[in-house]
Amino acid sequence: MAKNGNYISAKESREISRKNRKITSEIEKKRNRRHIPESEYVTKMRDENNCVEFDNVQTYFFTDIGTVKAVDGVSFDVPLGKTVGIVGESGCGKSVTSLSLMQLVQRPSGQTIGGEIRFNTGEKAINVAAAPADVMRSLRGNQMAMIFQEPMTSLNPVFRIGAQVDEVIALHNPAMSKEDVKARTMDMLSMVGIANKEGVYSMYPHELSGGMRQRIMIAMALSCDPRLIIADEPTTALDVTIQAQILDLLRNLKERIGSSIMLITHDLGVVAEMADYVVVMYAGRVVEQGSASEIFHDPRHPYTIGLMNSKPVVGKHVKRLYSIPGNVPNPVDMPDYCYFRDRCEMCVRECDGEYPGIFEVSPTHKVSCYRRG
Amino acid sequence: MSENILEVSHLKKYFPIKGGFFGGVTGQVKAVDDVSFTIKKGTTMGLVGESGCGKSTTGRTILRLLEKTDGEILFNGEDISAKDKKELRALRTKMQIIFQDPYSSLSPRLPVGEIIGEAVKEHGIVKPEEYQDYITSVMKDCGLQPYHKDRYPHEFSGGQRQRICIARALALNPEFVVCDEPVSALDVSIQAQIINLLWDLQEKRGLTYLFISHDLSVVEHISDTIGVMYLGSMVETGKANDVFAEPLHPYTKALFSAIPMPDPDYKKERIILEGDIPSPANPPKGCKFHTRCKYCTQRCKEEAPRSIDVGGGHTVCCHLHDK
Repeated sequence: MAKNGNYISAKESREISRKNRKITSEIEKKRNRRHIPESEYVTKMRDENNCVEFDNVQTYFFTDIGTVKAVDGVSFDVPLGKTVGIVGESGCGKSVTSLSLMQLVQRPSGQTIGGEIRFNTGEKAINVAAAPADVMRSLRGNQMAMIFQEPMTSLNPVFRIGAQVDEVIALHNPAMSKEDVKARTMDMLSMVGIANKEGVYSMYPHELSGGMRQRIMIAMALSCDPRLIIADEPTTALDVTIQAQILDLLRNLKERIGSSIMLITHDLGVVAEMADYVVVMYAGRVVEQGSASEIFHDPRHPYTIGLMNSKPVVGKHVKRLYSIPGNVPNPVDMPDYCYFRDRCEMCVRECDGEYPGIFEVSPTHKVSCYRRG
Repeated sequence: MSENILEVSHLKKYFPIKGGFFGGVTGQVKAVDDVSFTIKKGTTMGLVGESGCGKSTTGRTILRLLEKTDGEILFNGEDISAKDKKELRALRTKMQIIFQDPYSSLSPRLPVGEIIGEAVKEHGIVKPEEYQDYITSVMKDCGLQPYHKDRYPHEFSGGQRQRICIARALALNPEFVVCDEPVSALDVSIQAQIINLLWDLQEKRGLTYLFISHDLSVVEHISDTIGVMYLGSMVETGKANDVFAEPLHPYTKALFSAIPMPDPDYKKERIILEGDIPSPANPPKGCKFHTRCKYCTQRCKEEAPRSIDVGGGHTVCCHLHDK
């Protein structure tokens, strides 16, 4: 399969898609059962102080050219009231990790086929990976909310801002009267720092700038006091000065409502500024995780070190920028040794063996590399 | 080295706003409003600013991809706006541009060799019998393999495509290249490769760059001189080291303090600008920055500041420094 890059014959492709259909329809059938007993998805948190625990999560995409292991055995925790930054290059699986948590992965081709994602609702722990649709519906928005990268495409262009924020609040609080909903919307708009809230309430998205739209997105995400905010590249589309405003806002709001934040970004600067813990992902796996100061002051994995060296830093002059040689391996045809070996300049003899296990540098700092730092 | 390859003085580019019942011109967007700067041969000038401040328009007006409204652009001492079609065609080989988005700026229907070679054939840069070797050598310079020649753009990754764009620009042997956000669409590790490549090519061929970007850390690394734009005007220019070490304009200060540093223990005083950039169709009177500036005085609201040289070629447009 997939001998020459991504090119395979039509016959092979048909064969693969037939197999895929078999696998995915079985999973779908299991998921779409009428009454799924609570025992299948209610679990126990390993640590009550965690908001989310990812435990060996595997999210695969069954495509016609082969199975793409977008997230392959990812484990990390998001503690209550803390910010966890997930960094990595495009295509490393950071967005799919967060979509798996929301159960928003494009089905039926994308499926979370293994592992547990335990979400702490306060009363009980729910395994999101196995939860039925109606349970998920009660979690999304109320318990966990997402801020997307592109505020331009995430807002509906034909509805006024007020109506869009109202809708979120009314949907999740059916008992609220119309006036209460509007009052809550106004509160939210002023909370995210919109001065002219009466005016903005009756505006359309195209009348607002990128920074303002991102504020609206944040207001919508926070309107039901979620326990977890997933921010998927919240500032990538914005200018630096607006980015500083938005990051400042997120930091202040987190302190005020005490939620946890899962911050997904490729900008190491943003992570350093916001995150308490950092998770570095490469080709669908976590290669290193630890507290922010451990990762930034004592990086152990060659990929983390390379990533830090390749970013130009203001006030730190170098003759040449370091660049990681080679390319990311083909996602449908992953090697059976360390995924980073072919690009690594610090290889040792053990690297020829199977994918390295996890070594603990300190109780919080874990690295998946034979060199162990 | 002291020779100026490009001199831009009082450049203006206004776009008409059409509207009204008969579709007449009802206003003007002042995208570039009185911008002056010079670039020395073999150096890189970085142009920074927020989106919508007119940096790309400046770059395109210099290449005459857009016709200027007013001002003067001297390239190697010649006024480019006075040139007719034939002369301009000859000039095109000397000035090239690399665009931001490597996904949309390459034709999906042409193989890479053809994309790079099209203009070479058109302008007759090399003899027909040397053509194939020439394309191969240009591709090698830009880090592409000769066997890539027959492939199509969709077979390449973002970083590779940007190399194709660079090869296409350099195949004409230009003296001056406008790089319009060439690394913004790329990942950090690929970004480093492209920046290194631009550096190597500059050393090898003595190129001059106008490097347009909103990423300040990239601009600091690649530029010799730097210009900061705000709402169509140049607010501060100078040597990159001087401007980064000691920014003078309040906008530059705010811009630099907003750069996130990859160090969790780094604490600095952050100047957070209130509000958004005003509309260039209706810029504020006086100093354009006064609506967001915390040092704003009565004078700033009434009188537009002039450009003041504070020494060493470091100029700033601000009343605070105009004693």
